[in-house]
Amino acid sequence: MSATRRRWLTGMGVTLGSLWLSACDKLTNDPKFAGMLTKAEGLTRRAQRAVTDRKALAREFTPADVSKDFKANGTLRPQDYEYVALLENNFADYRLVVDGLVEHPLELSLAELRSAPSRTQITRHDCVEGWSSIGKWKGARLGPLLDRAKLKPQARYIVFWCADTLEQTLDGTGKYYESIDLIDAYHPQSILAYEMNDATLPVRHGAPLRLRVERQLGYKHAKYIMRIEAVASLDAKDANGQTVLGRGKGGFWPDRGYEWYAGI
Amino acid sequence: MAEKPAKVMIRRHTVVTRLTHWLNVLAVSLLLMSGLQIFNAHPALYWGAKSTFADPWLSMKKVEIGDAPHGITTVGGARFDTTGVFGWSGKEGMREQRGFPSWATIPSYRSLTDGRRWHFFFAWLFVINGLVYWLWGLIGGHVRKDMLPTRAQLKPSHILHEVVTHAQLKFPKGEEARRYNVIQKFTYLAVIAVILPLMVLTGLSMSPGFNATVPWLIDLFGGRQGARSIHFITMGLVVAFIVVHVVLVIVSGLWNNLRSMITGKYAIEVEAPAEGEAA
Repeated sequence: MSATRRRWLTGMGVTLGSLWLSACDKLTNDPKFAGMLTKAEGLTRRAQRAVTDRKALAREFTPADVSKDFKANGTLRPQDYEYVALLENNFADYRLVVDGLVEHPLELSLAELRSAPSRTQITRHDCVEGWSSIGKWKGARLGPLLDRAKLKPQARYIVFWCADTLEQTLDGTGKYYESIDLIDAYHPQSILAYEMNDATLPVRHGAPLRLRVERQLGYKHAKYIMRIEAVASLDAKDANGQTVLGRGKGGFWPDRGYEWYAGI
Repeated sequence: MAEKPAKVMIRRHTVVTRLTHWLNVLAVSLLLMSGLQIFNAHPALYWGAKSTFADPWLSMKKVEIGDAPHGITTVGGARFDTTGVFGWSGKEGMREQRGFPSWATIPSYRSLTDGRRWHFFFAWLFVINGLVYWLWGLIGGHVRKDMLPTRAQLKPSHILHEVVTHAQLKFPKGEEARRYNVIQKFTYLAVIAVILPLMVLTGLSMSPGFNATVPWLIDLFGGRQGARSIHFITMGLVVAFIVVHVVLVIVSGLWNNLRSMITGKYAIEVEAPAEGEAA
């Protein structure tokens, strides 16, 4: 190959490469193309739901497997006034509110939650970023709590409202929240954890209460839960056309582009 | 003047091979680059079920040495300064901490959500395309007739001969060029039967939803972090294959090879013009 030809080919390669890259960036930001990519998300979710047993248990590990360096992500110490006040008092005034489409709204103290039917599990936490940590969790089973509040027939989803603001926004959609469907809510491994590795749940991991919804990615495991609301839909709009729940995708991160079902 | 060897045009690749080949080129390139974007969200790899953050077997990160930031890549116990490529890259003055540089990722800027969307979309194309190829290859006989080595090709003396002539960049001519040589067959079989399926299986093993249903699959790879590591290594093997493949395509006759993968027609050189077939 002559030097000119080699130079020509290299030039072509670099030009084509940068064209390719800027084309990919343009496509990413093109609403139509992004819509097409997102369609595959629905396909993936349906395919996963079709082949997986929704009642299957996540793998449980032994105490020897527990991570000594369990990573904490998202908010590590909420600065929200309400939370800071609760923490100062070591959560003595904390009350978990269970409301929405329920017959008997509840307000539960930590002591009441601790005496509710519980489950202990050693499970793997998979962050969407790619890392995994293994922890031991003890918490109140979500299913029996929902039974106590008695869901109305219209209830389809359980929403977890958190104390922490992860992003400062003008419309308040920066407050963390998450949601799951009733199959996951009644899954035996779905618990409201108040203990981690045989100790009180630390602040960085979501004290006083965090959701464990095994078989889903880390961002579904809402920390600093203040209120649980049963709703009929995630994208409901009020009279002004504003979404009632965040930006209508069912969670802080789903509102920002991550999959709501978080199974992949 | 020496007589030029006669050229005979043969039908090299069927339409299914050609179509699945180019769709695979598209899917694999986009999967590779969006995969590197996903890797960049946590540019470190571990073995087993969980991450041991202080002790990854591979990592790419920014490290301050003196006053200057450097891109440092560690593999096992070895440590490399990869400033500008891995760990710390970008235009001078606009450098940022990232595993792979922006020219290697989709999108070029940092976005895990977009990377995942590209990845999971083209994973479908890749899997469906692969299934079409395999189904057709098994039913139509492409795998049996063209991919499996013949008994004669498996003789150690023949394999040795092929290795030596390959190393000299001498390629089969005439009748021998009508079929894949034994090294090609081994390589292609390894790619289509081992490496690419492994890519899919390790990918599935990283899905927490899938783990609960098929727990034995993730055990094959020693846990989720093991699956992530093998996914990465297998990606490296795919890239190595592509590099060697493209180089060999170029040195063994770029236009002839390209034409055969586009139109299906491939020219082989024969001693004497074959009757009626000479082009």
